[in-house]
Amino acid sequence: MKRTARLALMSFLFLATPVAAQDVAPDALVKTVTLEVVELIAKDKEIKAGSRAKLVEVIEAKVLPHFNFGAMTALAMGQHWGKSSPEQKKRLTEEFKTLLVRTYASALAAYSEQKFDFRPLRAKPADTDVTVYVRVLQPGAQPVTIDYSMEKTAAGWKVYDVMVGGVSLVANYRTEFSNTVRASGVDGLIRELQKKNRSLQEKK
Amino acid sequence: MSGYVRVLAGLVLVLASACATTNGDERDPLEGLNRGIYRFNETFDEYLATPVATVYRKALHAEIRGRVSNFFANIQDIFIGVNNLLQGKFEDGVNDWVRFAFNSTFGLFGLHDVASEWGYEKHNEDFGQTFGRWGAGPGPYLILPFLGSSTLRDGLGTAVDWTVQPVGEVRPIAARNTLYGLYFVNRRAELLEASRILEEAALDKYTFQREAYLQLRRNLIYDGRPPREKLE
Repeated sequence: MKRTARLALMSFLFLATPVAAQDVAPDALVKTVTLEVVELIAKDKEIKAGSRAKLVEVIEAKVLPHFNFGAMTALAMGQHWGKSSPEQKKRLTEEFKTLLVRTYASALAAYSEQKFDFRPLRAKPADTDVTVYVRVLQPGAQPVTIDYSMEKTAAGWKVYDVMVGGVSLVANYRTEFSNTVRASGVDGLIRELQKKNRSLQEKK
Repeated sequence: MSGYVRVLAGLVLVLASACATTNGDERDPLEGLNRGIYRFNETFDEYLATPVATVYRKALHAEIRGRVSNFFANIQDIFIGVNNLLQGKFEDGVNDWVRFAFNSTFGLFGLHDVASEWGYEKHNEDFGQTFGRWGAGPGPYLILPFLGSSTLRDGLGTAVDWTVQPVGEVRPIAARNTLYGLYFVNRRAELLEASRILEEAALDKYTFQREAYLQLRRNLIYDGRPPREKLE
Protein backbone atom coordinates (compact mmCIF):
# COMPACT_ATOMS: atom_id res chain seq x y z
CA MET A 1 0.00 0.00 0.00
CA LYS A 2 2.80 2.33 0.97
CA ARG A 3 4.56 1.41 -2.22
CA THR A 4 1.53 2.22 -4.35
CA ALA A 5 1.19 5.54 -2.64
CA ARG A 6 4.81 6.30 -3.26
CA LEU A 7 4.51 5.39 -6.93
CA ALA A 8 1.39 7.45 -7.29
CA LEU A 9 3.17 10.37 -5.73
CA MET A 10 6.12 9.88 -8.04
CA SER A 11 3.93 9.81 -11.13
CA PHE A 12 2.22 12.91 -9.88
CA LEU A 13 5.47 14.73 -9.32
CA PHE A 14 6.69 13.62 -12.71
CA LEU A 15 3.64 15.09 -14.35
CA ALA A 16 3.55 18.26 -12.33
CA THR A 17 7.15 19.38 -12.22
CA PRO A 18 10.23 18.65 -14.30
CA VAL A 19 11.80 16.24 -11.86
CA ALA A 20 15.34 15.21 -12.71
CA ALA A 21 14.94 12.13 -14.90
CA GLN A 22 17.36 9.97 -12.91
CA ASP A 23 15.12 10.17 -9.85
CA VAL A 24 12.13 8.49 -11.51
CA ALA A 25 11.75 4.76 -10.90
CA PRO A 26 11.70 2.71 -14.13
CA ASP A 27 8.19 1.33 -13.67
CA ALA A 28 6.81 4.78 -12.84
CA LEU A 29 8.50 6.12 -15.94
CA VAL A 30 6.96 3.47 -18.22
CA LYS A 31 3.52 4.05 -16.77
CA THR A 32 3.65 7.82 -17.04
CA VAL A 33 4.95 7.83 -20.59
CA THR A 34 2.52 5.12 -21.75
CA LEU A 35 -0.53 6.85 -20.34
CA GLU A 36 0.62 10.21 -21.60
CA VAL A 37 1.13 8.97 -25.16
CA VAL A 38 -2.14 7.05 -25.21
CA GLU A 39 -4.01 10.10 -24.03
CA LEU A 40 -2.34 12.30 -26.63
CA ILE A 41 -3.29 9.86 -29.38
CA ALA A 42 -6.87 9.63 -28.21
CA LYS A 43 -7.20 13.42 -28.25
CA ASP A 44 -5.30 14.31 -31.40
CA LYS A 45 -7.56 14.84 -34.39
CA GLU A 46 -4.79 14.54 -36.98
CA ILE A 47 -3.63 11.19 -35.59
CA LYS A 48 -7.17 9.90 -35.43
CA ALA A 49 -7.57 10.88 -39.07
CA GLY A 50 -4.60 8.63 -39.80
CA SER A 51 -1.69 11.09 -39.91
CA ARG A 52 1.40 8.92 -39.54
CA ALA A 53 3.68 11.96 -39.58
CA LYS A 54 1.98 13.44 -36.52
CA LEU A 55 2.18 10.10 -34.73
CA VAL A 56 5.91 9.87 -35.44
CA GLU A 57 6.24 13.41 -34.10
CA VAL A 58 4.57 12.43 -30.81
CA ILE A 59 6.77 9.37 -30.47
CA GLU A 60 9.91 11.37 -31.16
CA ALA A 61 8.98 13.95 -28.54
CA LYS A 62 7.63 11.68 -25.79
CA VAL A 63 9.06 8.19 -26.21
CA LEU A 64 12.43 8.54 -27.92
CA PRO A 65 14.22 10.29 -25.05
CA HIS A 66 13.71 7.19 -22.89
CA PHE A 67 15.35 4.78 -25.33
CA ASN A 68 19.03 4.02 -25.64
CA PHE A 69 19.30 3.36 -29.37
CA GLY A 70 23.06 2.98 -29.24
CA ALA A 71 22.72 0.04 -26.85
CA MET A 72 19.85 -1.44 -28.89
CA THR A 73 21.84 -1.28 -32.11
CA ALA A 74 24.93 -2.72 -30.44
CA LEU A 75 22.90 -5.65 -29.09
CA ALA A 76 21.19 -6.26 -32.42
CA MET A 77 24.56 -6.23 -34.19
CA GLY A 78 26.09 -8.67 -31.70
CA GLN A 79 29.60 -9.73 -32.71
CA HIS A 80 29.53 -7.46 -35.78
CA TRP A 81 29.32 -4.31 -33.64
CA GLY A 82 32.94 -4.50 -32.55
CA LYS A 83 34.09 -4.77 -36.16
CA SER A 84 32.22 -1.64 -37.27
CA SER A 85 33.91 1.75 -37.55
CA PRO A 86 32.63 4.68 -35.45
CA GLU A 87 31.10 6.21 -38.59
CA GLN A 88 29.31 2.94 -39.41
CA LYS A 89 28.05 2.66 -35.84
CA LYS A 90 26.63 6.16 -36.02
CA ARG A 91 24.82 5.52 -39.28
CA LEU A 92 23.54 2.10 -38.20
CA THR A 93 22.13 3.57 -35.00
CA GLU A 94 20.46 6.40 -36.92
CA GLU A 95 18.84 4.12 -39.51
CA PHE A 96 17.77 1.52 -36.94
CA LYS A 97 16.22 4.25 -34.84
CA THR A 98 14.21 5.54 -37.81
CA LEU A 99 12.98 2.03 -38.60
CA LEU A 100 11.99 1.31 -34.98
CA VAL A 101 10.12 4.60 -34.63
CA ARG A 102 8.14 3.83 -37.77
CA THR A 103 7.38 0.31 -36.62
CA TYR A 104 6.34 1.64 -33.25
CA ALA A 105 4.06 4.19 -34.91
CA SER A 106 2.52 1.42 -36.93
CA ALA A 107 1.81 -0.60 -33.80
CA LEU A 108 0.40 2.42 -31.98
CA ALA A 109 -1.90 3.22 -34.90
CA ALA A 110 -3.57 -0.14 -34.25
CA TYR A 111 -4.26 0.84 -30.64
CA SER A 112 -7.93 1.04 -29.84
CA GLU A 113 -8.60 1.73 -26.20
CA GLN A 114 -7.24 -1.48 -24.74
CA LYS A 115 -6.57 -1.33 -21.03
CA PHE A 116 -3.12 -1.51 -19.46
CA ASP A 117 -2.10 -3.47 -16.43
CA PHE A 118 1.16 -2.12 -15.04
CA ARG A 119 2.79 -4.88 -13.04
CA PRO A 120 4.70 -4.14 -9.86
CA LEU A 121 8.44 -3.95 -10.33
CA ARG A 122 10.35 -6.97 -9.07
CA ALA A 123 13.75 -5.50 -8.40
CA LYS A 124 15.99 -4.44 -5.60
CA PRO A 125 16.59 -0.71 -5.14
CA ALA A 126 20.27 -1.16 -5.99
CA ASP A 127 19.57 -2.90 -9.33
CA THR A 128 20.73 -1.08 -12.43
CA ASP A 129 19.23 -3.49 -15.00
CA VAL A 130 15.53 -4.28 -14.64
CA THR A 131 12.53 -5.48 -16.63
CA VAL A 132 9.28 -3.52 -16.39
CA TYR A 133 6.23 -5.66 -17.12
CA VAL A 134 3.10 -4.26 -18.73
CA ARG A 135 0.10 -6.23 -19.90
CA VAL A 136 -2.40 -5.09 -22.51
CA LEU A 137 -5.82 -6.47 -21.72
CA GLN A 138 -8.30 -7.31 -24.46
CA PRO A 139 -11.57 -9.20 -24.24
CA GLY A 140 -11.62 -12.77 -25.51
CA ALA A 141 -7.87 -13.11 -25.74
CA GLN A 142 -4.95 -13.79 -23.48
CA PRO A 143 -3.39 -10.48 -22.38
CA VAL A 144 -0.43 -9.37 -24.46
CA THR A 145 2.68 -8.72 -22.44
CA ILE A 146 5.03 -5.85 -23.18
CA ASP A 147 8.28 -6.11 -21.26
CA TYR A 148 10.78 -3.26 -21.26
CA SER A 149 14.40 -4.09 -20.49
CA MET A 150 15.83 -0.99 -18.89
CA GLU A 151 19.22 0.10 -17.74
CA LYS A 152 20.11 2.85 -15.31
CA THR A 153 22.28 5.54 -16.85
CA ALA A 154 23.48 8.96 -15.73
CA ALA A 155 20.56 10.45 -17.64
CA GLY A 156 17.96 8.23 -16.01
CA TRP A 157 16.50 4.83 -16.90
CA LYS A 158 16.72 3.95 -20.59
CA VAL A 159 15.01 1.17 -22.52
CA TYR A 160 17.39 -1.09 -24.47
CA ASP A 161 14.96 -3.83 -25.56
CA VAL A 162 11.23 -4.33 -25.85
CA MET A 163 9.59 -7.76 -25.74
CA VAL A 164 6.08 -8.07 -27.11
CA GLY A 165 4.46 -11.38 -26.23
CA GLY A 166 7.89 -12.66 -25.35
CA VAL A 167 9.33 -11.69 -28.72
CA SER A 168 12.41 -9.54 -28.20
CA LEU A 169 12.77 -6.87 -30.87
CA VAL A 170 16.52 -6.86 -30.53
CA ALA A 171 16.81 -10.65 -30.78
CA ASN A 172 14.51 -10.63 -33.78
CA TYR A 173 16.66 -8.16 -35.68
CA ARG A 174 19.86 -9.89 -34.67
CA THR A 175 19.46 -12.75 -37.16
CA GLU A 176 18.38 -10.41 -39.93
CA PHE A 177 21.35 -8.12 -39.32
CA SER A 178 23.76 -11.01 -39.07
CA ASN A 179 22.52 -12.57 -42.35
CA THR A 180 22.84 -9.25 -44.17
CA VAL A 181 26.29 -8.47 -42.77
CA ARG A 182 27.52 -11.92 -43.76
CA ALA A 183 26.17 -11.48 -47.28
CA SER A 184 27.13 -7.87 -47.98
CA GLY A 185 29.06 -6.44 -45.06
CA VAL A 186 28.23 -3.69 -42.59
CA ASP A 187 27.87 -1.13 -45.38
CA GLY A 188 25.46 -3.51 -47.11
CA LEU A 189 23.32 -3.56 -43.97
CA ILE A 190 23.36 0.24 -43.77
CA ARG A 191 22.20 0.38 -47.41
CA GLU A 192 19.44 -2.18 -46.69
CA LEU A 193 18.18 -0.13 -43.73
CA GLN A 194 18.27 3.09 -45.76
CA LYS A 195 16.36 1.42 -48.59
CA LYS A 196 13.78 0.10 -46.13
CA ASN A 197 13.32 3.50 -44.46
CA ARG A 198 13.01 5.25 -47.79
CA SER A 199 10.31 2.85 -48.99
CA LEU A 200 8.37 3.40 -45.75
CA GLN A 201 8.76 7.14 -46.10
CA GLU A 202 7.29 7.05 -49.61
CA LYS A 203 4.47 4.73 -48.64
CA LYS A 204 2.96 6.51 -45.68
CA MET B 1 -10.77 -30.76 -42.82
CA SER B 2 -9.71 -34.10 -41.35
CA GLY B 3 -8.41 -34.86 -44.84
CA TYR B 4 -6.20 -31.82 -44.60
CA VAL B 5 -5.05 -32.87 -41.14
CA ARG B 6 -3.98 -36.27 -42.47
CA VAL B 7 -2.16 -34.70 -45.40
CA LEU B 8 -0.61 -32.20 -43.00
CA ALA B 9 0.63 -34.84 -40.59
CA GLY B 10 2.06 -36.82 -43.50
CA LEU B 11 3.68 -33.74 -44.97
CA VAL B 12 5.25 -32.78 -41.66
CA LEU B 13 6.87 -36.20 -41.42
CA VAL B 14 8.04 -36.18 -45.03
CA LEU B 15 9.47 -32.69 -44.66
CA ALA B 16 11.24 -33.63 -41.49
CA SER B 17 12.89 -36.68 -43.00
CA ALA B 18 13.77 -34.93 -46.24
CA CYS B 19 17.14 -33.31 -46.36
CA ALA B 20 16.86 -30.10 -48.31
CA THR B 21 19.44 -27.42 -48.86
CA THR B 22 20.49 -25.47 -45.80
CA ASN B 23 21.26 -21.79 -45.53
CA GLY B 24 23.38 -22.19 -42.47
CA ASP B 25 20.79 -21.87 -39.72
CA GLU B 26 20.65 -25.09 -37.76
CA ARG B 27 17.10 -24.41 -36.57
CA ASP B 28 15.91 -24.19 -40.18
CA PRO B 29 17.56 -26.99 -42.16
CA LEU B 30 14.71 -27.01 -44.72
CA GLU B 31 14.98 -23.29 -45.47
CA GLY B 32 15.02 -23.74 -49.25
CA LEU B 33 11.82 -25.77 -49.27
CA ASN B 34 10.24 -23.57 -46.58
CA ARG B 35 10.86 -20.43 -48.61
CA GLY B 36 9.12 -22.06 -51.57
CA ILE B 37 6.03 -22.84 -49.51
CA TYR B 38 6.26 -19.37 -47.97
CA ARG B 39 6.09 -17.80 -51.44
CA PHE B 40 3.08 -19.96 -52.27
CA ASN B 41 1.37 -18.87 -49.04
CA GLU B 42 2.19 -15.23 -49.76
CA THR B 43 0.58 -15.45 -53.17
CA PHE B 44 -2.50 -17.17 -51.78
CA ASP B 45 -2.68 -14.56 -49.05
CA GLU B 46 -2.23 -11.59 -51.36
CA TYR B 47 -4.82 -12.64 -53.94
CA LEU B 48 -7.40 -14.39 -51.80
CA ALA B 49 -7.09 -14.40 -48.00
CA THR B 50 -6.25 -10.72 -47.45
CA PRO B 51 -8.86 -9.33 -49.90
CA VAL B 52 -11.58 -11.53 -48.38
CA ALA B 53 -10.54 -10.63 -44.83
CA THR B 54 -10.48 -6.93 -45.75
CA VAL B 55 -13.99 -7.04 -47.15
CA TYR B 56 -15.15 -8.97 -44.08
CA ARG B 57 -13.56 -6.37 -41.83
CA LYS B 58 -15.25 -3.53 -43.64
CA ALA B 59 -18.62 -5.27 -43.83
CA LEU B 60 -18.90 -6.19 -40.16
CA HIS B 61 -18.67 -3.84 -37.21
CA ALA B 62 -15.80 -4.45 -34.79
CA GLU B 63 -18.35 -5.40 -32.14
CA ILE B 64 -19.71 -8.26 -34.28
CA ARG B 65 -16.25 -9.45 -35.27
CA GLY B 66 -15.44 -9.50 -31.57
CA ARG B 67 -18.41 -11.80 -30.97
CA VAL B 68 -17.22 -14.14 -33.70
CA SER B 69 -13.75 -14.26 -32.13
CA ASN B 70 -15.31 -14.90 -28.72
CA PHE B 71 -17.44 -17.75 -30.09
CA PHE B 72 -14.43 -19.66 -31.43
CA ALA B 73 -12.25 -18.71 -28.46
CA ASN B 74 -14.89 -20.23 -26.17
CA ILE B 75 -14.89 -23.56 -28.01
CA GLN B 76 -11.11 -23.62 -27.82
CA ASP B 77 -11.22 -23.24 -24.04
CA ILE B 78 -12.25 -26.90 -23.71
CA PHE B 79 -8.97 -28.19 -25.10
CA ILE B 80 -6.96 -25.35 -23.61
CA GLY B 81 -8.17 -26.83 -20.30
CA VAL B 82 -7.25 -30.35 -21.39
CA ASN B 83 -3.76 -29.18 -22.33
CA ASN B 84 -3.30 -27.40 -19.03
CA LEU B 85 -4.25 -30.60 -17.21
CA LEU B 86 -1.87 -32.61 -19.41
CA GLN B 87 0.85 -30.18 -18.38
CA GLY B 88 0.01 -30.67 -14.72
CA LYS B 89 -1.47 -27.22 -14.27
CA PHE B 90 -4.59 -28.31 -12.49
CA GLU B 91 -5.81 -24.89 -11.37
CA ASP B 92 -5.39 -23.37 -14.82
CA GLY B 93 -7.24 -26.28 -16.41
CA VAL B 94 -10.17 -25.88 -14.05
CA ASN B 95 -10.12 -22.14 -14.72
CA ASP B 96 -10.45 -22.83 -18.47
CA TRP B 97 -13.41 -25.16 -17.97
CA VAL B 98 -15.12 -22.69 -15.66
CA ARG B 99 -14.62 -20.13 -18.41
CA PHE B 100 -16.26 -22.48 -20.91
CA ALA B 101 -19.16 -23.15 -18.55
CA PHE B 102 -19.81 -19.48 -17.78
CA ASN B 103 -19.32 -18.20 -21.30
CA SER B 104 -21.44 -20.92 -22.89
CA THR B 105 -24.36 -20.13 -20.57
CA PHE B 106 -24.25 -16.59 -19.19
CA GLY B 107 -22.20 -15.52 -22.20
CA LEU B 108 -24.79 -16.85 -24.68
CA PHE B 109 -22.93 -19.67 -26.47
CA GLY B 110 -19.65 -17.91 -25.95
CA LEU B 111 -20.57 -14.71 -27.79
CA HIS B 112 -19.73 -12.72 -24.67
CA ASP B 113 -16.59 -13.29 -22.64
CA VAL B 114 -18.19 -12.74 -19.24
CA ALA B 115 -15.64 -15.02 -17.56
CA SER B 116 -12.79 -12.56 -18.22
CA GLU B 117 -14.81 -9.82 -16.59
CA TRP B 118 -15.32 -12.09 -13.60
CA GLY B 119 -11.60 -12.66 -13.25
CA TYR B 120 -11.17 -15.99 -15.06
CA GLU B 121 -8.33 -15.17 -17.37
CA LYS B 122 -8.01 -16.56 -20.87
CA HIS B 123 -5.03 -18.86 -21.45
CA ASN B 124 -3.13 -19.86 -24.56
CA GLU B 125 -2.42 -23.59 -24.81
CA ASP B 126 -2.32 -26.22 -27.52
CA PHE B 127 -0.84 -29.69 -28.07
CA GLY B 128 2.38 -28.28 -29.50
CA GLN B 129 2.96 -26.46 -26.21
CA THR B 130 2.09 -29.59 -24.23
CA PHE B 131 4.65 -31.64 -26.19
CA GLY B 132 7.14 -28.85 -25.48
CA ARG B 133 6.30 -28.94 -21.80
CA TRP B 134 6.86 -32.68 -21.82
CA GLY B 135 10.35 -32.05 -23.07
CA ALA B 136 10.06 -32.21 -26.87
CA GLY B 137 12.32 -29.73 -28.63
CA PRO B 138 10.89 -27.76 -31.56
CA GLY B 139 12.67 -29.80 -34.23
CA PRO B 140 13.17 -28.23 -37.64
CA TYR B 141 11.28 -25.04 -38.46
CA LEU B 142 8.53 -25.61 -41.03
CA ILE B 143 6.27 -23.49 -43.18
CA LEU B 144 2.97 -25.31 -43.58
CA PRO B 145 0.84 -24.72 -46.67
CA PHE B 146 -1.88 -22.15 -45.87
CA LEU B 147 -1.14 -22.23 -42.11
CA GLY B 148 2.33 -20.70 -42.15
CA SER B 149 5.00 -20.87 -39.43
CA SER B 150 5.39 -24.08 -37.49
CA THR B 151 7.96 -26.62 -36.38
CA LEU B 152 7.97 -30.40 -36.45
CA ARG B 153 6.69 -30.48 -32.87
CA ASP B 154 4.09 -27.74 -33.37
CA GLY B 155 2.98 -29.18 -36.72
CA LEU B 156 2.19 -32.51 -35.08
CA GLY B 157 0.53 -30.56 -32.26
CA THR B 158 -1.63 -28.71 -34.79
CA ALA B 159 -2.63 -32.02 -36.36
CA VAL B 160 -3.82 -33.24 -32.94
CA ASP B 161 -5.55 -29.90 -32.22
CA TRP B 162 -7.54 -30.20 -35.42
CA THR B 163 -8.36 -33.86 -34.92
CA VAL B 164 -9.90 -33.36 -31.49
CA GLN B 165 -11.59 -29.97 -31.90
CA PRO B 166 -15.38 -30.26 -31.76
CA VAL B 167 -16.40 -28.08 -34.74
CA GLY B 168 -15.53 -31.01 -37.00
CA GLU B 169 -18.52 -32.91 -35.53
CA VAL B 170 -21.02 -30.26 -36.63
CA ARG B 171 -23.58 -31.54 -39.14
CA PRO B 172 -24.83 -30.93 -41.79
CA ILE B 173 -21.48 -30.67 -43.52
CA ALA B 174 -22.49 -27.34 -45.06
CA ALA B 175 -22.92 -25.85 -41.58
CA ARG B 176 -19.57 -27.23 -40.49
CA ASN B 177 -17.85 -25.82 -43.56
CA THR B 178 -19.48 -22.43 -43.00
CA LEU B 179 -18.05 -22.40 -39.47
CA TYR B 180 -14.61 -23.32 -40.76
CA GLY B 181 -14.80 -20.59 -43.39
CA LEU B 182 -15.92 -18.03 -40.83
CA TYR B 183 -13.15 -19.09 -38.48
CA PHE B 184 -10.39 -18.62 -41.03
CA VAL B 185 -11.70 -15.36 -42.47
CA ASN B 186 -12.20 -13.91 -39.00
CA ARG B 187 -8.75 -15.10 -37.92
CA ARG B 188 -7.12 -13.56 -40.98
CA ALA B 189 -8.99 -10.30 -40.34
CA GLU B 190 -7.66 -10.27 -36.77
CA LEU B 191 -4.14 -10.54 -38.13
CA LEU B 192 -4.37 -7.78 -40.76
CA GLU B 193 -2.69 -5.24 -38.48
CA ALA B 194 0.01 -7.66 -37.44
CA SER B 195 0.90 -8.53 -41.01
CA ARG B 196 1.06 -4.85 -41.91
CA ILE B 197 3.50 -4.26 -39.04
CA LEU B 198 5.54 -7.28 -40.11
CA GLU B 199 5.67 -5.89 -43.63
CA GLU B 200 7.01 -2.58 -42.34
CA ALA B 201 9.40 -3.84 -39.70
CA ALA B 202 11.18 -6.64 -41.54
CA LEU B 203 14.18 -6.42 -43.83
CA ASP B 204 13.46 -10.01 -44.87
CA LYS B 205 9.95 -11.07 -43.94
CA TYR B 206 10.73 -14.77 -43.96
CA THR B 207 13.56 -14.43 -41.45
CA PHE B 208 11.76 -11.89 -39.28
CA GLN B 209 8.66 -14.08 -39.06
CA ARG B 210 10.69 -17.18 -38.26
CA GLU B 211 12.58 -15.46 -35.44
CA ALA B 212 9.35 -14.05 -34.00
CA TYR B 213 7.56 -17.40 -34.23
CA LEU B 214 10.34 -19.34 -32.51
CA GLN B 215 10.60 -16.76 -29.72
CA LEU B 216 6.84 -16.61 -29.30
CA ARG B 217 6.43 -20.38 -29.03
CA ARG B 218 9.26 -20.66 -26.53
CA ASN B 219 7.61 -17.96 -24.46
CA LEU B 220 4.22 -19.70 -24.64
CA ILE B 221 5.65 -23.05 -23.56
CA TYR B 222 7.05 -21.38 -20.46
CA ASP B 223 3.78 -19.45 -19.96
CA GLY B 224 5.51 -16.12 -20.35
CA ARG B 225 8.35 -16.89 -17.94
CA PRO B 226 11.11 -18.45 -20.01
CA PRO B 227 14.56 -18.69 -18.49
CA ARG B 228 16.11 -15.37 -19.36
CA GLU B 229 18.62 -15.44 -22.18
CA LYS B 230 20.95 -12.53 -21.77
CA LEU B 231 21.95 -10.94 -25.06
CA GLU B 232 25.62 -10.21 -25.21
